Amino acid sequence: MIEYLQILGEEVYKIIFFIVPILVSVAMIVWLDRRVWGLVQKRRGPNVVGPFGLFQTLADALKYIFKEIIIPASANRIVFILAPIVTMTLALVAWAVIPMSESLVLADINVGVLYLFAVSSLGVYGIIMGGWASNSKYPFLGAIRSAAQMVSYEVSIGIIIINVLLCVGSLNLNDIVIAQKELWYVIPLFPMFVIFFISALAETNRPPFDLPEAEAELVAGYQTEYSGMMYAMFWLGEYANILLMCAMGSILFLGGWLPILDIYPLNIIPAPIWMITKILFLFLLFALIKAIVPRYRYDQLMRLGWKIFLPFSLIYLVLTASFLFYFDKLPKVNI
Amino acid sequence: MIIHSIFFYFFSVIAIFSSLMVITSRSTINSVFFLILDFISVGCLFIMVGAEFLGMILLIVYVGAVAVLFLFVVMMLNVAEQKQSWFIGKKSTHIPTGLIVSVLILLELLVVVGGWKYKENVMSSSSLIISETSNTHQLGLVMYTDYILYFQLAGIVLLLAMIGAILLTFRERVGVKKQSYINQISRNPSTAVELVETKSNQGVKIDD
Repeated sequence: MIEYLQILGEEVYKIIFFIVPILVSVAMIVWLDRRVWGLVQKRRGPNVVGPFGLFQTLADALKYIFKEIIIPASANRIVFILAPIVTMTLALVAWAVIPMSESLVLADINVGVLYLFAVSSLGVYGIIMGGWASNSKYPFLGAIRSAAQMVSYEVSIGIIIINVLLCVGSLNLNDIVIAQKELWYVIPLFPMFVIFFISALAETNRPPFDLPEAEAELVAGYQTEYSGMMYAMFWLGEYANILLMCAMGSILFLGGWLPILDIYPLNIIPAPIWMITKILFLFLLFALIKAIVPRYRYDQLMRLGWKIFLPFSLIYLVLTASFLFYFDKLPKVNI
Repeated sequence: MIIHSIFFYFFSVIAIFSSLMVITSRSTINSVFFLILDFISVGCLFIMVGAEFLGMILLIVYVGAVAVLFLFVVMMLNVAEQKQSWFIGKKSTHIPTGLIVSVLILLELLVVVGGWKYKENVMSSSSLIISETSNTHQLGLVMYTDYILYFQLAGIVLLLAMIGAILLTFRERVGVKKQSYINQISRNPSTAVELVETKSNQGVKIDD
């Protein structure tokens, strides 16, 4: 029992050392997002609080903490309070399996990819719960839209993951990274990478697919009735999810913590720095897309997900499998 | 091992409690939320046994997709009133059907659990943990070789069910404007722009 408590204490220590940097980087990423958005539109973006406006998000968070939390009279109180907690928790829980280097990972489990996929598919509950519990029409419409959107795009993300798994032969995230030592999967599976990126945009409700919170139609979607810290939790959860999608993309396609080339000056740079660079690169793409692309219409969104991405990724799956089978490159399982 | 059993009882108590709440709670939405809790705790039990693949698939398929659709239906339709009428209303026509189904399920469970008791080495959960390959590999090796026919048949049954559901609910709506991307892209100035002579004090009638 005492041994167990010791292990538990160690784990808690590790978890805190993993979670705190993620929360800080979420704050920084929000700043980066707004900054890039501003620069694209020839504005300055947040530049007042701290050097280059770096502390803008912290100031915002402080403001949210001191704001009053208003719970609508007709809302379902328990579900209403639970919704932002669910969103935030699920966004952070998924980071347990993300390997920052071969050893720097909280839980190196066998089914890492499935775990990531499961947790990201649970993310829809926070939104549905928030939208329904608010008991108001805009949040409800936003929640319904968002749920339909996330469920639709999960399907193609699942098939894209199967594409990668076929080449790796393991569900462990570290194995997936190590299998890309010769060649990053972004090269042979480039179309899948593009589709994954676009589906990740839809999965995290980012522009051009931010229909659940389209301000011209739905005020702020499922967040309309939320205020103060509860709104901030939705917001943090959303950005943690975006970072998670970037991490997932870099593990599946960009070689995770591997250096670009395995040659002298590049491979002495520690693995976590490579991982962070790749996540930041993908996030920069997210931010640019937000700034330069107009919003989709809802039927176009559904058409893109079901009629284009799904068939295309299925065909590509068959092609990948046939290629691997024909050239006898299927990963071997040692039994 | 004590820790293991503490966790086992923790998750199983949650599972049993939430499954009771699914059938007893008055609000339909709460029922669905408890159903989700039930799925999650059963998934945790699967993972504890060492069947991590099954646990994760349970989470992805049931919690991530099926329960979302449940929530959808419950939120969109007014199921809450129906449930109220089941409890309070006089004509509860669903009870005989429900009874038949539950008796059947009880019999099936008796057969399965009884068979397990009768011949203990039919399937021991410990064999999953001891073997060296992960149970994902094991499942794959068995499913796509020995049981390929059943696997494919199950897939075809699901496909047929899907097509059937679509056919049953499909209705062609008239008077709806549909966007045709091919027509849009293949338009050029000569087909898109039309010059209309208008007389003064008279509008133009455009038929589409």
